[in-house]
Amino acid sequence: MSERKIVIPGEVIASGDDLLLGEGTEKRGKDIVALRFGLAEESNKLVKVIPLSGTYQPRRGNIVIGKVENITLNGWVISIGAPENAFLSLMEVPRYVNKDGLDEVMDIGDMLVAKIWAINKRGTDLSVKSRGLGKIEEGLILKVNPNKVPRIIGKEGSMIKMIKDNTNCNITVGQNGLIWIKGDKVEDELYAKKAILFVAKKSFVSGLTDEVEKWFGKNGRKK
Amino acid sequence: MVKEIKRKSGRKADEMRPISAKVGIIPNADGSAMYKSGETIAIAAVYGPKKMHPQHSQNPAKGTLRCTYSMLSFSVTDRIRPGPNRRSTEISKIIEWALDPVVMLDNYPNMVVDVHIHMTQADAGTRCAGINAAAMALAHAGIPMKNMVSSIAAGKLDKTVVLDLDKYEDSDFEEGEGSTDIPMSFTDDGKLTHIQVDGYISKEQLKQAIEMAKKASGKIYEVQEKALKEIEK
Repeated sequence: MSERKIVIPGEVIASGDDLLLGEGTEKRGKDIVALRFGLAEESNKLVKVIPLSGTYQPRRGNIVIGKVENITLNGWVISIGAPENAFLSLMEVPRYVNKDGLDEVMDIGDMLVAKIWAINKRGTDLSVKSRGLGKIEEGLILKVNPNKVPRIIGKEGSMIKMIKDNTNCNITVGQNGLIWIKGDKVEDELYAKKAILFVAKKSFVSGLTDEVEKWFGKNGRKK
Repeated sequence: MVKEIKRKSGRKADEMRPISAKVGIIPNADGSAMYKSGETIAIAAVYGPKKMHPQHSQNPAKGTLRCTYSMLSFSVTDRIRPGPNRRSTEISKIIEWALDPVVMLDNYPNMVVDVHIHMTQADAGTRCAGINAAAMALAHAGIPMKNMVSSIAAGKLDKTVVLDLDKYEDSDFEEGEGSTDIPMSFTDDGKLTHIQVDGYISKEQLKQAIEMAKKASGKIYEVQEKALKEIEK
């Protein structure tokens, strides 16, 4: 079964003892059963269910775009669209921060790009100690369904690279569904936004890269 | 086997009302669904998992399922006063108990999954319609579940066991022994998650009613499955 199909909770995906259980599956006797609604996929003997809907579940290593919700004595509380707020510690900012002036670095309401550094019982910890991370000063932010992010990025970033090349914009896609577009002109940014919304709308189409190429051909703007 | 009885709606004893379902009707919710059975329409919206507030209701061992059932003021012929009342609080709890055995919230400690169920039209069988809609909405929200839940009522009119009582049969039928309403919820593999008996019924007839509802729940499951699979196409 290389073809992917939509499954609902309790539905038998496959049966056999030589298969491995991936995410969102459970073994009942010989059968492998889906535990959530999504796309069932079998590859290299691994059966898993890819979510199609629902809230964003943070994972270690994810790049996310968040908003400062609160400032504490030793860091910032960041809302990343997940069930729980994340925390960015003072120690994870690669510059000197005066303990009395946290709001001068990032104030409530500011947006930032961060990486999920750890997830533990106490919550999610963020870091901005890498290139491309940190406070967002200007540009355009839009929100899409977090489950569509893999399609927007494409295989090894092919889709997002195409959008970047065609629009002359710098685009950062957060795994939580927030996308930051930064271009020289507002027109470029709006064009990139239109392209991304097109990809999100057509996310279930196979051969999407060709489709988007056509879209750029039709809606082409002079460079 | 089933003794024929003349029902006001013209249905056979083991015939349920026409049903339909739709998933993804509320864009702002994490999961949503509509379930329609005859003149009864339920819509369900799922929000979460999110942090439980107030803090003292948090359960550090596992997540909580919280259902809120409400009948909209225009859902019945006489306007009903909106807002929670004794009946809606009770049905909220019943729906919670009917769904609790299938949802797996062990990985969401201190969190809550909110299910809001609204009846836009009520013509008896609202808790069943609510459970059906809520099960689809929970699946749509990506909540881990052991199984789907399909709910239907069976009952007794005078001496005959019938399926899916409507408003007239439920509350106005007074011939002979009157009516008995038995709402039930089944998982896909035929296990009961909820049963209520409202009235009198013999042991044999109860068994008969359960069998009848179990058979019908298979049809509801098919409709739910179809609604979930047809989303975004």
